[in-house]
Amino acid sequence: MAPYESENTTAAEEVDEPRTGRRRAARYVVPVTVMGVAAATIGLVPAIASSGDPDLPEITAAQLIEKIAKSDVEQLSGTVKITTDLGLPNLGGLENSIASGAMGQGEEGGSSADPSAKLTELASGTHTLRVAADGPDRQKVSLLEDAAEYSLIRNGENLWGYDSGSNAVYHATVDKSGEEREQQPPATPKDFAEEALKSVDDTTSVTVDGTAQVAGRDAYKLVVEPKQSGSTVGAISIAVDHETGMPLKFTLTPSSGGAAVVDVGFTKVSFDRPAASTFEFTPPKGAEVTEDDELDHGREHPGKPERAPKSEEDLAKGLDGLKMLGEGWNSIATFDTGSEGGLPTGEAGGDLGGFLGSLGDQVKGDFGTGTVFSTRLVNALITEDGKVYVGTVTKDALVKAADAGK
Amino acid sequence: MSRAEAVRRTSPLWTLGLFRSELLTTFRRWRTVALLGVLAAVPVLVGIAVRIETGDGSPAGGGGGGGGGPAFISQITNNGLFLVFTALAATLPFFLPMAIGVVAGDALAGEANAGTLRYLLVAPAGRTRLLLAKYATVMAFCLVATLVVAVSALLVGALLFPLGDLTTISGTRIGFGEGLARALLIALVVAASLIGVAALGLFVSTLTNSGIAAMATTVGLLITVQILDQIPQLHALHPYLFSHYWLSFADLMREPVHWDDLTKNLGLQALYAAVFGSAAWARFTSKDITA
Repeated sequence: MAPYESENTTAAEEVDEPRTGRRRAARYVVPVTVMGVAAATIGLVPAIASSGDPDLPEITAAQLIEKIAKSDVEQLSGTVKITTDLGLPNLGGLENSIASGAMGQGEEGGSSADPSAKLTELASGTHTLRVAADGPDRQKVSLLEDAAEYSLIRNGENLWGYDSGSNAVYHATVDKSGEEREQQPPATPKDFAEEALKSVDDTTSVTVDGTAQVAGRDAYKLVVEPKQSGSTVGAISIAVDHETGMPLKFTLTPSSGGAAVVDVGFTKVSFDRPAASTFEFTPPKGAEVTEDDELDHGREHPGKPERAPKSEEDLAKGLDGLKMLGEGWNSIATFDTGSEGGLPTGEAGGDLGGFLGSLGDQVKGDFGTGTVFSTRLVNALITEDGKVYVGTVTKDALVKAADAGK
Repeated sequence: MSRAEAVRRTSPLWTLGLFRSELLTTFRRWRTVALLGVLAAVPVLVGIAVRIETGDGSPAGGGGGGGGGPAFISQITNNGLFLVFTALAATLPFFLPMAIGVVAGDALAGEANAGTLRYLLVAPAGRTRLLLAKYATVMAFCLVATLVVAVSALLVGALLFPLGDLTTISGTRIGFGEGLARALLIALVVAASLIGVAALGLFVSTLTNSGIAAMATTVGLLITVQILDQIPQLHALHPYLFSHYWLSFADLMREPVHWDDLTKNLGLQALYAAVFGSAAWARFTSKDITA
């Protein structure tokens, strides 16, 4: 077939080649335009959406803190995005193998639906949570995963944990007093904000820094900053809803700059009463239900495998001698592990000790030598004679404290 | 002249007629039937495997470990409806888009290869309309392929496992009727997730006169994109890859439904359809049809 029509078309083409050529090229303008418009939309829409800060009546920092304290939001539902970047050393595959090792151990006595095991996942990376609350007795927190979800539901005396990925259920009964609630790790901006405001004293400057829009609501921005230098905490910014006084966003930026260490904020929030069915939970058929009592022995050292090295106990003993140095943001916790030779695992641990040593930096001072382990927020110094200094302070401040303690 | 006007006046019917004949041609092909057969077999295999594995009463998915196997697999034994979700989650990353790639890649290049494209263009329908009919056919195939997987999974699930109220992944309960409605919605979302691949395949199909080359390129692009989506260093690129939000259909099983990723997915598919659809149009309407 080919010979025939190639004659035809080439003949036709030669006649109006320049014109068709241009017309052909012109057609490709359409897809390119579509792409351009899409790129412009993606780039511009967020900029337009966050147009300007809302106008709200002036308020002093003290009034704002009082507003937070008085806030009594009992009913809410919303989506929380939590990003943590503690700057922990990247262990790569090792981390996974440790995690799976811990998981494997959990198989015996634990359950993947055990809240203490699950919510530690929040310590790194970005996660989306859903929260719902209706009064003090009914709360729900769900951690959204790929095609699965981990929900922690409290309804009256019952506390349910449901891991849809493995269809595992955890059940516990709690006292009406709500003591159990305090043990739960912080998940909402409110929890974080309360922690931060506890530490407000005369070493802290608290200011109102304009307004912002969070989750479609107008909010005041409260900025908490340490007055002294030497802390790794740069500033804490809390966005407070102007109507309810509820903290909507919490951002902790390190003094070293860069991305926020902790950034927790609502992306959607509603103060309407959530549907009652939200808090109702009956274990699905065939689900593996673990009662809290069965986990009791594991509870004594939450998150610590039983096979933990002996030095763990030494460390625990050392904790009895815990002392606080300094005040406010620059306070440093110190204790004596009692084990000569620096790293508690140094000799006993062999390879592990060497590995830990390689993660830290060697420092020298009047106190002798030691190893500093640093993250973006917390630094720790372990001296050769077994003393440990930990705090949200810079390395230099740790060394100074160690020198002073000598 | 009068004939041409008559043609122009009845043009909607023409497009419809063209679409119908395209649809018939596509679905009468043995190749298409075989593809659908393979897709229907996947839920059967998954269902039987889960049934055998859990025959002794142990839960599927390796007990409390989780994480293994496609999404929702651990719930199948308790409710057969979950087989629909598992089957869609299992076929969406590869089987479904591969089938779409074959049909879309073949749409124009296959005709050119067989020397039938010029005869199609003899009909006074115009190239744009032919392209539209072809694209509509590919999209219809997306829908049919997804429904074949879903219906086959539902039948197998109903035969092998109990049905009844189901627990959403948020832990709340919904009735079986609502569960079915959500399953249908999920099937539609999965079908819509394939729009991007369909447009890409059609564009590739306009570039070559070899059906095999077009299919291989489309499937190759599909695999490349899936690999790119797994490389953490390229995370800035990920939100723009057509497969990135595919598994977001599972968000329909949350209570309340989490729409963020679902809308992102549909928007992204629409963007791919617009870009590659218009690129296919630009190419096809200006190209020399030599076969």
